[in-house]
Amino acid sequence: MTAVTNAPGGTSERTLSVLVDDQPGVLNRVSSLLRRRRFNVDSLNVGASEQPGMSRMTIALRGDPAETEQAVKQLYKLLEVRKVVDLSNERLISRELALIKVSATDETRAQIREIAELFNARIADVAPRSLVVEAVGSVARVDSLLDMLRPYGIKEIARTGRVAVARGVGGEG
Amino acid sequence: MSSATIAPAASVAAATETPAKRPYLGAHALCDALIREGVDVIFGYPGGAVIPLYDVLPSYEPQLRHILVRHEQWAGHAAEGYARATGKVGVCLATSGPGATNFVTAIADAMLDSTPLVAITGQVGLPMIGKDAFQEVDIIGVTLPITKHSFQIERVEDVPRVVAEAFHLARSGRPGPVLIDLPKTTIIAPTTPSKGHTVEMPGYRPTMNGNGGQIKAAAKLIARAQKPVVMAGHGISISGAGAELRALAEKADLPVAFTLHGLGTLPDSHPNAIGFMGMHGHAHVNRAIDECDLLITVGARFDDRATGRVDMFAPNATVIHIDIDPAEIGKNIRVDVPVVGDAKRVLARLVEEVKPADRAEWRGRIESWRIAPPTPNFSADEPGISPFKVIAALRAATSGEAIFTSDVGQHQMWAAQWGSYEAPNRWISSGGAGTMGFGLPAAMGAQVGCPDTEVWAICGDGGVQMSSAELSTIATERIPVKLAIFNNGFLGMVRQWQQLFHGGNYAHTPIGAPDFVKLADAYGIPGLRAERPEEVWAVINQARAIDGPVVVEFRINPEENVYPMVAPGAANSQMIEADPAAAE
Repeated sequence: MTAVTNAPGGTSERTLSVLVDDQPGVLNRVSSLLRRRRFNVDSLNVGASEQPGMSRMTIALRGDPAETEQAVKQLYKLLEVRKVVDLSNERLISRELALIKVSATDETRAQIREIAELFNARIADVAPRSLVVEAVGSVARVDSLLDMLRPYGIKEIARTGRVAVARGVGGEG
Repeated sequence: MSSATIAPAASVAAATETPAKRPYLGAHALCDALIREGVDVIFGYPGGAVIPLYDVLPSYEPQLRHILVRHEQWAGHAAEGYARATGKVGVCLATSGPGATNFVTAIADAMLDSTPLVAITGQVGLPMIGKDAFQEVDIIGVTLPITKHSFQIERVEDVPRVVAEAFHLARSGRPGPVLIDLPKTTIIAPTTPSKGHTVEMPGYRPTMNGNGGQIKAAAKLIARAQKPVVMAGHGISISGAGAELRALAEKADLPVAFTLHGLGTLPDSHPNAIGFMGMHGHAHVNRAIDECDLLITVGARFDDRATGRVDMFAPNATVIHIDIDPAEIGKNIRVDVPVVGDAKRVLARLVEEVKPADRAEWRGRIESWRIAPPTPNFSADEPGISPFKVIAALRAATSGEAIFTSDVGQHQMWAAQWGSYEAPNRWISSGGAGTMGFGLPAAMGAQVGCPDTEVWAICGDGGVQMSSAELSTIATERIPVKLAIFNNGFLGMVRQWQQLFHGGNYAHTPIGAPDFVKLADAYGIPGLRAERPEEVWAVINQARAIDGPVVVEFRINPEENVYPMVAPGAANSQMIEADPAAAE
């Protein structure tokens, strides 16, 4: 008989799209479940969905397929969870929003703007000693942008974690 | 606060004189909803937040009986015992704050053992929630991971709907505990009587019928198997699938092993019943599973106490797993043919699909490994009282009809090994949670649910000291539970582990106890004691002749161990079959 373990170690990124009833305590129930079963969560994002009265959570976690399947089944046991789609094997569009406050001087301001442009990011705020860069992209792309900005001195970061949808059927890959 | 000193007698008299003029409140809506769900008993304890609920409760007697316990935890376990004995939903009631938190262990116990329980807690009034009010605890938050679902009823008009949903959730699919948190403002809010509420929960649809293709695939595997074994679990008794299990075992001639909660799902005396499996299972049963080429697990979750080291469990077996909870499939072991559905429905269809077979040779091989069970014969020549012989004697005396409940530890394992259960729901024990103190309140609840059945609580001297306050409830309510205390002066199972795995360091396991006969006497309950083997039968017969509750203490061999035993972390095939010291 083969054992199934929940031990950390599987490093592949998985993405679950979860449709939930928009009711008080739903986030609490979902996060409590993920913690209790030791699922390795990178990010969890909640927002309105296309259906009235329901929210969509995007849960980014790490694990092997068996762990992910177990996470899906456990989530389904929550009454407020209406649909769980494992997007991990889908062709998907995945994005996050990052707001990055970077130290800026008269010398560095133009350089930072140039870096932001390379990443299709925009400058959301300008102040005498800082800039706020607003970036949208894949998690990896936001990570790369942060690497480029780090030498200038990052004062604050706010990232949403990724949201994702499967690509449309017949669309470009 | 001086207003509280107004003579209560006057207000009681006023209330009884004009009952029809009292407004219909949330408290009434709750009681009426409970009655609609078939509730006939509540185990509870009053307190500040629920005083208005207790104000109306007596007007629902005797249809809705309230049993006042001595601590909320034991109300929870009593409701569990009631539920497990009757198959109905058990109900317990407590006030907010400490009353509610005392429920936590019972709720966790019910969650792990899939017991249908509705726990109702009072809560401070809505305007006070979040202000750290007197006796305010966020019990929804506290019990989030140990409930099947929970509700806080903010609006009084939601009471009928929530109660209907809570009972539906507790009893259907994989049963479990549901918490209803009732703010005081909801209890006292005026409302109108309801005719009931249909349950519509789109997010909750248990799969009942197994997939036909999977059932056919399972039947094919059974036809091909040379050495199949059925692992029968709690799901069989929950779904009432005893007859279907029996039909399957007989038609395909399958040996049937039992998990702790599966005991009795096929009568122990049935030729296909091989016995109890797991950490303290019978050696021949664990050996059969070790050798089997097909394991058919029904309504069980591959708990570690059942499987031992999981990668060495049933190493040669293909696995069929039938369970109503899809999340149990593939949780602990990889399954070859999963069937998600209700055990009764799936087994009924599986019986139709399987081919008749004769496996006398395989069953004979398993039976050849079986050791003789203990005989309930005692003589004055024996050095002391053998606990497993007391179990055999209790079973012989009660002809397999009595309900046995237990605490957790050595006595529990002896009762599982040698209790010879002939029917489901006759063995009620705390399995998943392993809750000490469970036995006595569970027996109390089982007895209330089954007033015509003989109920024995089998407890150790440790666990019984946790819940012995309930002897007061038992005496007051005249609940005729027979309490058997297996007194060895130790926390026996922990002592056994200390002896076997910690070099005999008996740290804090010798435990003192009161004189149990005097304790019983203090509660006005007859107390009996057997100190020598030759006294055992006399006290059992005497106890059974008493029409009412009785406490019986057996002074058992202090350092008797439970064998066989699988060491923690070892495989079930590596059993310690007898006392290593005795073998030297």
